[in-house]
Amino acid sequence: MSFFANKQNLVSDILRRYPTDRKRSAVMPLLREVQNAEGYVSDERIAEIAGIIESTATEVMSVMSFYSTYSSIPTGKYHLQVCMTLSCALAGSDQLWDYLQDKLEISQGEVTSDGLFSLQRVECLGSCGTAPLMQISDAGYAECLTKKRTDALLEELKRRGDGSIPANDTPTPVFVKHIDGRVVQVTSDGQIAGGNA
Amino acid sequence: MTAILENTAPEKPKSITSGLDPRFKPRLYEHVGVPNSWTLEYALKNGAYEGAKKALAGTPEQVQDEAKKSGLRGRGGAGFPTGVKWSFMPKEDSKPHYLVCNADESEPGTYKDRYLMEHDPHQLIEGMLVGMHAIRANVGYIYIRGEYILAAERLERAILDARAAGLLGDNAMGFGKSMQVFVHRGAGAYICGEETALMNSLEGLRANPRLKPPFPAQAGIFGMPTTVNNVVSIASGALIMRHGSDWFASMGTEKSKGNFLFHISGPVKRPGVYELPLGTTYREIIYTWGGGPTEVIKAFNPGGSSTPMLPFTDEILDMQADYENCAAKGTFLGTGGIILIPKNCDIVNMMYNYVRFYAHESCGKCTPCREGIGTWMVRLMQKLISGRGDPNDVKILEDLFGNIKGKAFCLLADSCIMPVQSAYNLFKEEFEYIAQNGKPMYSGYANRWNVE
Repeated sequence: MSFFANKQNLVSDILRRYPTDRKRSAVMPLLREVQNAEGYVSDERIAEIAGIIESTATEVMSVMSFYSTYSSIPTGKYHLQVCMTLSCALAGSDQLWDYLQDKLEISQGEVTSDGLFSLQRVECLGSCGTAPLMQISDAGYAECLTKKRTDALLEELKRRGDGSIPANDTPTPVFVKHIDGRVVQVTSDGQIAGGNA
Repeated sequence: MTAILENTAPEKPKSITSGLDPRFKPRLYEHVGVPNSWTLEYALKNGAYEGAKKALAGTPEQVQDEAKKSGLRGRGGAGFPTGVKWSFMPKEDSKPHYLVCNADESEPGTYKDRYLMEHDPHQLIEGMLVGMHAIRANVGYIYIRGEYILAAERLERAILDARAAGLLGDNAMGFGKSMQVFVHRGAGAYICGEETALMNSLEGLRANPRLKPPFPAQAGIFGMPTTVNNVVSIASGALIMRHGSDWFASMGTEKSKGNFLFHISGPVKRPGVYELPLGTTYREIIYTWGGGPTEVIKAFNPGGSSTPMLPFTDEILDMQADYENCAAKGTFLGTGGIILIPKNCDIVNMMYNYVRFYAHESCGKCTPCREGIGTWMVRLMQKLISGRGDPNDVKILEDLFGNIKGKAFCLLADSCIMPVQSAYNLFKEEFEYIAQNGKPMYSGYANRWNVE
């Protein structure tokens, strides 16, 4: 079964972002489409992508293996990618990781027996102000993960079970506020500074 | 007579170097956090695309000059003057030109671009129009790291809306020029923040860095003249066109002008992004805005993990944050992502965390990085923190610093050695202690997770 056969609009939308003689640039967006839909990229799909970009399966695989997002083996419905870099580590990401392994009874690269969860350690997710955090599949972030919030999140994901995630409830960590038509910054002790008249 | 002369000579107003200065106005993050601020309707109500209109009405040289006059320097960390970079692009050639926005924000401790793209994507698109005009490009790519899902969605949506409104497209803003912007999502590779690796990634290749020369302005993506700018540099271009170079240059120190996105992570009361003028002291950033540390701090990285650490002393805290002052202390202003390093955590364990990061992100192209960082540094640090070290390991570590730094193909290897070496220089006794005793001097790293 072809993956892209009935998605020709999508394929042409991706291809038209790049010069006509540079189809190879489409390899990453095409890999992402497959990864998101099927949870991994099989050899069959690699060959199909190679056909679209007029290249070879080896070339597609060389790109795929470079990046940490694409998986060549199946992942769970909820692929939990836990940030382990220093700002998260200083907020307990090592303990969060241990806790997830114990609770889900899986380790790096494994999938739970019900196919719901898989785990991956990843490096900096670029959200150091809301550490510790994880990325869930290609759906979004779950941030400021205390033990209590992690428990609640896992329960919610189990309840859903369809790959969807709850809305991100973490406030944006910025201190620009709009007060009486003025844009101001609020100091840590509540003082108002700056301002657009 | 002299009194009259004194009165008529206008005194140059003092430059704004504090977020507490009543003249300071947040602009980059003006709309971040406001409900629906990402919509075109909201953006247009708040002056979006006015800067682009001014830019497109003038010549590319006028936009370059405005950027040069403002004093804007690259916000990705290197600090190269943006207007000068734009002027490197060839003036008369028949080749297509490209503007690439580097939104691969992957430097540990850095998270300024994410919220800007999530909450004010039109500011970035407006900046793309300004930058594209300045370098005579008809196509621009925003290379965004794959993990920024919401930001990518909002940008895609904003581009569609801008195209439908005639702000982008075959006759962008009615100036008779084709201007197209596309989003290209990465897939988890820190090295893509390096501009030549990013270009390879955009071409559908493995993201190995390219040899320079040729420089991107001569042969960049698809072999064509290309300029790569950081998200905040591009957004600042829009603001400079909207509010004027004088506004931008009224903030900052002698050679470091403008508003800047400082942000703090680690044990601090209010981690977050603070838009402040350059020249703000680290004390003001960390205490007045960040609320101060939540535990005793021994050092900090001033602008992402790659910037050498500074000791947490009164002298450093009272230093004005700008490119020159940081350079004078042997470090970099970097991205402005401050990471606080707590005293009760073992520095060797924390530096292993950094080394592991760079080892994971090494592209494997050159030996000093692949073997030096990817194998030697990782294994030596693992040996130390697992308690199997011996005093000679400290000597090997010093040897590695010298044999890796400045010897690799791109800056990734140096970006690893610089913070580790700075930590070693500041806290040598901790390295010697763990090598000698098989256990860390401070044990606080082991348990840091909050239950509630």
